[in-house]
Parts: sequence; structure tokens; C-alpha cells
Amino acid sequence: MQCEEIALLLPAAVDGAAPVAAPVQRHVESCLRCQAEVARYRRMLRGLQLLRTQFVAPAPGLLTQTLSAIGEASEQRAIRSILTGRRLAYAGAVGGAIAAATATAAAVAVHRTRRRTSLAH
Amino acid sequence: MPKNDTGERDELRALVEAARDGSRPAFDELVRRTYVDTYTLAVRLTGNEEDARDVVQEAYLRAWKGLGRFRGDAQFTTWMYRITANASFSHVQRRKRYRVSTLEGVDEPIEIRVEARPEEAAESAADMAELTEALEQLPPKLRQIVVLKDVYGLPHDAIAEELDISVAAAKVRLHRGRKRLRDLLYEGEGSDERNAHAV
Repeated sequence: MQCEEIALLLPAAVDGAAPVAAPVQRHVESCLRCQAEVARYRRMLRGLQLLRTQFVAPAPGLLTQTLSAIGEASEQRAIRSILTGRRLAYAGAVGGAIAAATATAAAVAVHRTRRRTSLAH
Repeated sequence: MPKNDTGERDELRALVEAARDGSRPAFDELVRRTYVDTYTLAVRLTGNEEDARDVVQEAYLRAWKGLGRFRGDAQFTTWMYRITANASFSHVQRRKRYRVSTLEGVDEPIEIRVEARPEEAAESAADMAELTEALEQLPPKLRQIVVLKDVYGLPHDAIAEELDISVAAAKVRLHRGRKRLRDLLYEGEGSDERNAHAV
């Protein structure tokens, strides 16, 4: 097995995520060049993991801006919620009025029909 | 700045619970405790601080609105990483302002001396600065994967979901990203050795 072939496999295999075939393992164990390449990848991954503990200082004002953006979003949501509640109440009131009017009209119509019937007799 | 001890995690969990019940002060405290971490991730994903600020605000707005969907079986910080990754992806897609970096912009080849026993050598501040610089040189799509997987330890399926790609694509990008980063960091090293070996 050539070192070039091994080098192509290392990015996926160096953290143990991808299985390594026995011939590859044997080659690396006996090849100083490939061992050096593995060491480079391991060092790189270790450095990347260390980056996790290093922070970038944000510009002043980011926290305030973020909190006020959340505040505005909360207010908008609260306003939307109130408006939605009012719309529902309005729709309910209109619906109730329509239902009441329909019932009244029906009652009047029934009353008139009965009256005509009794007059005819 | 976030700590990694159990006490800090418990406090964050309590704050998350309170925030889920609608407490704004609790959520504000969560923001205070985690925004530097979130901002750092955003800088690493977007490659510049201006975009990172927008991403941070967007990420916390999404978190506030979606807090009810946070199951609580993961850490709040991990959940924020995913939201930040997604917000960063959306932000960059919208703006189409990705800085496409090439090696032409590098004044000098990056060289890191290989230690006799590199696994035992502590990374110096200079090494870390070079690593950060090399990371910034990566094309954005490769950098996102390397940052999320190798720096923040997110699993492939979570990365794939937040970046709207398949798990297989995430793995391929990670492979390419690591290879490109290795080439940036150790330019020239290894290739001469392999050529000599081939002869």
C-alpha cells in the first residue's frame, strides 16, 4: 500500500470515526512517513478541540442590543396576542348577534304562519 | 463566560425551566451567561464580526420563540449551537456575502514545526493563532463543518439537519475540510517525504 493512498484515508480515520482496514493499520505501524502524517492530523484535531475553550470578545453593546431585540419581539408578540384576542371577541359578538337575529326572524315567521292558519279556520 | 461544571449546568437548567414558563428575566440571564460562547461560534462560522452580531441576535430571538420546543434532554448550550449554526447558514444564504478565501491572500506560507513527539507537545499561542488563521482560510462550507464537528463536537446528524444537507454530504465535507486545513497548516510537509518514498 502506498503512502498516498493512506494519506487519502486519514482525514476520516484519524479520530477513530471511520474503521481502518488491517493492511492500512499494518502499513502505518511500519511507515515513519505515515506516522508523521497521523501525528500532524492528531495535532490539528487537538488544536481544534482547544479552540472550544478560547472565546472571541464581542464588541461592546452586543448584549444590550440582543436583549432589547428580544424585548421588542416579546412586546410585538404580546400585542399580536391581544389583537388576536380582541378579534376573536369581536367575531364572537358578531356571530352571536347574527344567530340571535336569525332566531328572532324564524320565531316571527313561525308566529305569522300559525296566525294565518288560525284565521283561515 | 460559560463554565463546564455541574453547578453551572444545573443553574442553566433552572433558568431554562423558568424561561419556558415565560420568565423574561430568566431568559435574559441565559443570554448573559451564554452570549460570548454563541458569538464566538458565530464569528467562526461566518468569518466576520459584523455578520456574527446579526447571527447572535437572530439566534436568541429564535431561541426565545422556540423555547417551548426545547426538550431539555440536551444542554442549553448545545441547543444554542444548533440554532446558531442554522441562523448562520440562513444569514449567509440571504446575504450571499460569503468571503471566498484563497491561498493567494496569504503573505507567507504557514509553517508549523513538527515536534519530535507532537502528541506530548502543548500547543503554543502561536500555534493556536496559526490554526485560527488557517481555519478562516477555509471555504465557508468546509469551515462550517470543521468548526461544528471538530471544535464544538456536534454529531453529524445534527450538523446535517441544521445546514440542510445529508449526513453523507456532511461527512464528505468534513473529510475535505480536514484535508484542506491540514494542507494549510503543514504546507509542504509530508508531500516531499511521500515523493521521495515513491521514488
